[in-house]
Amino acid sequence: MNSIWTIARKELSDSLRNRWLIAIALVFAVLALGIAWFGAAASGQVGYASTPATIASLASLGIFLIPLIALLLAYDAIVGEEEGGTLLLLMTYPLSRGQLLFGKFLGHGLTLAFATLLGFGVAGIAIALLVDEVAVGALAAAMFRFIVSTILLGWGFIALAYMISVRVSEKPVAAGMALGIWFFFVLVFDLMLLGILVASEGKLSPELLPWLLMLNPTDIYRLLNIVAFGEGAQLSGVLSLGADLPIGANGLWFALVLWFVIPLAGAWALFRNRRI
Amino acid sequence: MSCFRLENVSYRYDKALVLNGVDLRLEPGEILGLFGHNGAGKTTSIKLILGLMTPTQGRVSVLGGEAGDPHVSQHIGYLPENVMFYPQLTGREILNHFARLKGAPLKRVPQLLEQVGLGDAMNARVKTYSKGMRQRLGLAQALLGTPKLLMLDEPTVGLDPVATADLYRLLRRLRDEGTGIVLCSHVLPGVEPYIDRAAILTDGAVKAVGDLASLRRQANMPVTLSIEPANGTPALEKAIAGASAGNGLMIKKDNGRLQVDVRPSEKMALIQSLMSSGEVQDLGIYQPTLEDVYVHFIGAGGLAHRGGAQ
Repeated sequence: MNSIWTIARKELSDSLRNRWLIAIALVFAVLALGIAWFGAAASGQVGYASTPATIASLASLGIFLIPLIALLLAYDAIVGEEEGGTLLLLMTYPLSRGQLLFGKFLGHGLTLAFATLLGFGVAGIAIALLVDEVAVGALAAAMFRFIVSTILLGWGFIALAYMISVRVSEKPVAAGMALGIWFFFVLVFDLMLLGILVASEGKLSPELLPWLLMLNPTDIYRLLNIVAFGEGAQLSGVLSLGADLPIGANGLWFALVLWFVIPLAGAWALFRNRRI
Repeated sequence: MSCFRLENVSYRYDKALVLNGVDLRLEPGEILGLFGHNGAGKTTSIKLILGLMTPTQGRVSVLGGEAGDPHVSQHIGYLPENVMFYPQLTGREILNHFARLKGAPLKRVPQLLEQVGLGDAMNARVKTYSKGMRQRLGLAQALLGTPKLLMLDEPTVGLDPVATADLYRLLRRLRDEGTGIVLCSHVLPGVEPYIDRAAILTDGAVKAVGDLASLRRQANMPVTLSIEPANGTPALEKAIAGASAGNGLMIKKDNGRLQVDVRPSEKMALIQSLMSSGEVQDLGIYQPTLEDVYVHFIGAGGLAHRGGAQ
């Protein structure tokens, strides 16, 4: 455990040193406040619309930003050590590959968690203080749910980035593949799903279709943050499939947790078999 | 308890046999030089001892345990060739990081940095370090936690002569305190006085191993006598040709002296015969150097192809 923490604290202090943590937090805070104040601009007014609308907008933006930040933070975790010439040396220390990988995950995961908590937390507090008619209890619950799911989504993409990082031997290749992952889950997947829906002309089992959403962590994340508001929630596009999911919010949380546990275990398995 | 023992170790990667039946050991308080051309198997041997790879065949034991076992790794210091560190951290931060990983006391870090001559630079970022400074930091890193087995790959690269001499003095002291040391170096002339035994690897096999005297015996290479004549070279040449041990030897002239290559077994007989002839004013004996022995074992042709000893 000491070795894991030693690796993690170096990652944490690196992200403080290179201002990653504070930059991410700042982006999140500005974004959240911007959306809270100007979210209703499309309907011709400026000011706080409503908590569900704000969270839904934040989640829609989050699916673009969170995976990108997580992938950028983590894609060079192992391949960067190898290119920098430090991986070989690290592996001669009393440190297993699993400890190195989990230490990195702890460091990157905490960086993302602190930045999310700080950025969106500050935004949440600002909304509570500055908006007169907001129900603080509901806002706090929604913000809490939003922050935790954002952290889980980020962890998922950190773990996916590790699967690349332990496999390739050059950083630019890892960066390219990380962008590919982002492109697939954020842009391509839903289009593909729509395509399948249209092409199948209703021949696909209607029980199966909603489950396909579980194959994309960003869809789970959006469902979580929209469905939680109950009957009145606005599900659009492929997400409307999610209304038929029989698993409820707890199931969605579980799925999001699986989305970082399984890739992390996969990255570990790949790393163990890698030749150094 | 040996520092390490390789017993009939082979390692195959894809279809290539990188190591083939290697037997090698290192005892505490001993400095072993490991020499060989590129691809001879030096790095593979080191990686097997470090537990980074497992042998296809044979047995590797390190400090009485399994290679790669955390309890074993804790007592190994390793300086890789071209050591690299995190450029954005200071020398001290880096050493603290590695000390934590090794479970070594942090309070010894400044002292170690002083010892390798980085006392003034310990709070500067590594990206401002010269190659020699990085090398010293690498050495300090290898010395963390007072290792029982120290493996240094090209430790003198980037070091000036004074720092090199300091390094060898330090290694001797550690050796005398009981540390087993492996030294991989291609700077053979410099390393010769500091190693107790040398192992010469070629094509994945140990070609020869032993102290320099025994390597010379194994190689059975001629000893060169450089003789200054007392009464002119023709008389000396006659005396050499007349000695039974000197029969048929090639004689070279060099600046008024004569150079004769003689088999070690016949050296004393020739010297005695020449001394009694009264034709010798002065006599020097030149034993084959480590470099000569190395070239003998790996073959001069091989040296040209392989781009030199590494």
